[in-house]
Amino acid sequence: MASLALRNLVKSFDRTEVLHGISLDVKDGEFVVLVGPSGCGKSTTLRLIAGLEELTAGEIEIEGRVVNNLEPKDRNIAMVFQNYAIYPHMSVRKNIGFGLRTSKLSRAEKEARLLEVSGILDMNDLLDRKPSQLSGGQRQRVAIGRAMVRDPAVFLFDEPLSNLDAQLRTQMRLEIKKLHQRVGNTIIFVTHDQIEAMTMADRIVIMKDGRIQQVGTPSEVYHEPANIFVAQFIGAPSMNLLSGTADGGAVRIGAGGGIELGVAIEDGRPVKVGVRPDDLRPDGGAETLVEGEVTVREPLGPETLVHVGTEHGEVIAKADGRTPPEVGERVKLSARREAIHIFDAKTGNVLC
Amino acid sequence: MAVADTEFRAASETLLAPRAPRRKANAGQIARWLLLFAGGILMVAPIAYMISTSLKWPHEIYDLALIPDEPHLENYVYVLEDGRFYGWFINSIIIATITTVSNVIFDSLVGYTLCKFRFPGRYIVFIAILSTLMIPTEMLVIPWYLMSQSLGWLDSYWGIMFPGLMTAFGTFLMKQFFETVPDDFIEAARIDGLNELQIWWTVAMPLVRPALAALAIFVFLGNWTAFIWPLIVTNSVEMYTLPVGLSSFGDEADVQWELIMTGAAISTIPTLVVFLIFQRFIIRGVVMAGLKG
Ligand SMILES: Nc1ncnc2c1ncn2[C@@H]1O[C@H](COP(=O)(O)OP(=O)(O)O)[C@@H](O)[C@H]1O
Ligand SMILES: [Mg+2]
Repeated sequence: MASLALRNLVKSFDRTEVLHGISLDVKDGEFVVLVGPSGCGKSTTLRLIAGLEELTAGEIEIEGRVVNNLEPKDRNIAMVFQNYAIYPHMSVRKNIGFGLRTSKLSRAEKEARLLEVSGILDMNDLLDRKPSQLSGGQRQRVAIGRAMVRDPAVFLFDEPLSNLDAQLRTQMRLEIKKLHQRVGNTIIFVTHDQIEAMTMADRIVIMKDGRIQQVGTPSEVYHEPANIFVAQFIGAPSMNLLSGTADGGAVRIGAGGGIELGVAIEDGRPVKVGVRPDDLRPDGGAETLVEGEVTVREPLGPETLVHVGTEHGEVIAKADGRTPPEVGERVKLSARREAIHIFDAKTGNVLC
Repeated sequence: MAVADTEFRAASETLLAPRAPRRKANAGQIARWLLLFAGGILMVAPIAYMISTSLKWPHEIYDLALIPDEPHLENYVYVLEDGRFYGWFINSIIIATITTVSNVIFDSLVGYTLCKFRFPGRYIVFIAILSTLMIPTEMLVIPWYLMSQSLGWLDSYWGIMFPGLMTAFGTFLMKQFFETVPDDFIEAARIDGLNELQIWWTVAMPLVRPALAALAIFVFLGNWTAFIWPLIVTNSVEMYTLPVGLSSFGDEADVQWELIMTGAAISTIPTLVVFLIFQRFIIRGVVMAGLKG
């Protein structure tokens, strides 16, 4: 059952359209991450779902019910905000309980629910503290607890980890994922961090300029990017892009060897050839794609990133961690055919 | 000795750079102290003379000496035994308290609305409210009087209070303070199902407590010491507020300054109490605001 359906959402602020038709079906219990650069409309999409902004056009359905005209409180959603939105003048208990203020549960039921949630979040000892006496991670857990007590159909998270330091962020990432496995509610999670998206999501929705670029599992968007934007946005370091031309059923980079194409492209059509650094290797084995001189090495331990200056621009390749090529050494880089992506240079869309 | 000398020199050499500006700062500091001292004297002098005069006999009151020849408490006995004083005191307490509560509630309601709701014309409303700040009270007194007269508000609590139940300044102040309350807080409460009035009261108001305390002090003091309007709108001695009542001690020929000063001295007590109560909120509020987020 779809717990959330977005149909062609359009949103304008004073005549400037910022969302141009967002459509998405989210299955019950799915963990969906909206990811994209700042300003692409992730928060706006989330706020439309929450009912904090009014739709310009389109339809939102939650648990089979069109909610366009419902107040936020009647949509059966809960939201966790970037700066937590926990109230400094209330104790942890009051903050978590705040989500139940308007519920029809009896007092005892409310208390039981509160304790259940604080138990799941491991916060039973902190209930009487004020937010000022909590660490950043604990405050975030209070905010999550406040959303959890209501047991909503859909949880909405708007960049909840971006105020935390790197280590805590990694830890909370895992905690939220575990929490999801435990409680099983549908989650829509917004972030601009592709690593967060990759590590947490069942499905990733990549957005740019108010449009969805691709929807897929982390593996799909990584291995089969739909266009250049997705290819470069997902994965770090970014995918290498080289200019090439279609020529007799193959793609040629400069005067170099051709890459066999599986599809028919008319001769002379400009294309972009994309290869991830992970797939571009100096030891190759396969036919050489580009060659050049090593300019910088970045040892990562098990592997070393080598920056290679070629006549088609600089590319990044991955070499063995123990015996990487020296700076200044000439290397021939190659990649398996299935790791090479060919994009239309004009539209940016993948050709094969 | 020699060791101490070289040590001193080494120390002064290393300290030379930070030291030069520090000496300059000292000169500046002295100037600042002098200024503050002068300001302090200026502030304290009237209070000192008020207390001093309240301890003098009538024949001494035009004598500038700060210490009375024969200090005595007869004036206090007189004022406190005069039944009228209590009536005025109560009037002032009632009026200042009601206007304070009213301002705290209504100024912040309007300020909150102007700050957190997007509706057509909100900017115009805001400008209109602000522009009333440019009209001095003296200009308003006559229209107020005519209005009170035709509505039968003369010589009543309501007549004294109505012009001050809300202030443009308070509205402006509260609007500015509500800007510091993140929208996330309000939206989170909205999702949790609170209505707008509940959000204002349980979420927004506690977060601007320092501003409310400041506003309460301003309004209370302003109404406690208000003179012109209460003087104009009241006719009967029983309706006088404290400042109006005190000024009525004596007659045209002979103003009894020692009694006025005695009453004034006593009337500062509630303002001190109000200040002490709300000052705590100001400090606590600032501490709280610092810990946000
Ligand atoms: N209240 C608003 N008024 C006008 N423009 C807005 C408003 N909120 C967002 N926008 C615009 O909408 C676009 C998308 O914003 P947002 O959804 O916040 O992006 P993201 O969360 O992906 O960073 C941006 O260009 C932003 O400037
Ligand atoms: Mg955002």
